[in-house]
Amino acid sequence: MTALLALFWRDLRRAWGSGALWLPVVFFLLVATAFPFAVGPDAPLLAKTGGGMVWVAALLAALLPIDRLVRPDRDAGVLDQLAVRGFSDELIAAVKIAAHAIGFGLPLLVALLPAAALLAQDGARVATLATGLAIAIPALAALAVLSAALTANLKGGSAIGGLLVLPLAVPLLIFGAGMLDPSGRGAVKLLAASSLLLTAIGPFAAGAALRGLRE
Amino acid sequence: MTALLLLDGVACIRGDRLLFEGLSLTLNRGDALWLRGPNGAGKSSLIRLAAGLLRPAAGTVTRRERIALIDEASALDPELPLRRALDFWARIDTVDGHALGRAMDAMALGNLADVPVSMLSTGQRKRAGLVRVIASGAPIWLLDEPANGMDEAAQARLITAIATHRANGGAVLLASHFALGVPDMAELDMGALA
Repeated sequence: MTALLALFWRDLRRAWGSGALWLPVVFFLLVATAFPFAVGPDAPLLAKTGGGMVWVAALLAALLPIDRLVRPDRDAGVLDQLAVRGFSDELIAAVKIAAHAIGFGLPLLVALLPAAALLAQDGARVATLATGLAIAIPALAALAVLSAALTANLKGGSAIGGLLVLPLAVPLLIFGAGMLDPSGRGAVKLLAASSLLLTAIGPFAAGAALRGLRE
Repeated sequence: MTALLLLDGVACIRGDRLLFEGLSLTLNRGDALWLRGPNGAGKSSLIRLAAGLLRPAAGTVTRRERIALIDEASALDPELPLRRALDFWARIDTVDGHALGRAMDAMALGNLADVPVSMLSTGQRKRAGLVRVIASGAPIWLLDEPANGMDEAAQARLITAIATHRANGGAVLLASHFALGVPDMAELDMGALA
């Protein structure tokens, strides 16, 4: 347990120290800032479409730092040293998912407040967005780590990685944005189910990809 | 005597190339084996097979104790001071700070504890890797070109560390393209297997 915590804190420290944390949050806020300029001075339209834009921005923000999630550890030999010590690839992937979920998820929820204000979201919609994002963040982190592990051997892998996992994130987008629709009462349950499924599969899929890096 | 590391009829294929096949070796407590041979002979691949980082194309690898590995990658966070970077691995190996301090002293790195890893020379990083190996307390050492970049004084410390480890019942599998002068060490010419 001590070893797992050490691994978790190391990933978190590297995320916060290397700028990998701030990059997705700044990106998220930039999208929220730019979107009203594109829509124009139509407040009702902005309020109606802004929630969906928050979801798109959150998904892309989660995938933005994938170059820093696995590749540096692969290059530095950290993954080999952990494997030699008997850490399973699935466990390493699970720790990385947890660290990424906390490392980028919490700041993202904080950044949601100014972003929602920029996108003319009222209090009820902000609460719904925050709930939805909190549910989806573990799944977004799982997809990011999976993508990072799949592309760690490739140059320019982050762009390819985004394309690889984007289809898997579509249910999160649909059900997350669906929560904002007053008639979409079941959306939160479907979002939770999608997130649980992706979060549960993530460590095994990413673990298999990490194992493939050694061959 | 129970073998710590046992390779039985092992074959290794990298890409489409067969590096070696039918290779068997046994490391008992106190043993040391020098894998020698030219570049590309398969020394590093054999070390990775022994470490479990590669799967053999044929044969079996049996490890009966924990292993510690040095290879070309330092696995130390470059932005951290050396002591903090090594502390991470000490926590992973559940090693106390005193053992780590003793290992740093054995490799004459105590005075570099506050220097960022990124500022260390190649030889100093190799010594740092050896500190991690010594502090881990693992009975089986797998050392892939451990003396690369080391000066003569550091090589002497490496030889002393290997001798101490063997005397304490450990075993060493060492790959190097040049002779290190470790006394009483068996040799395996990987070039002859190709």
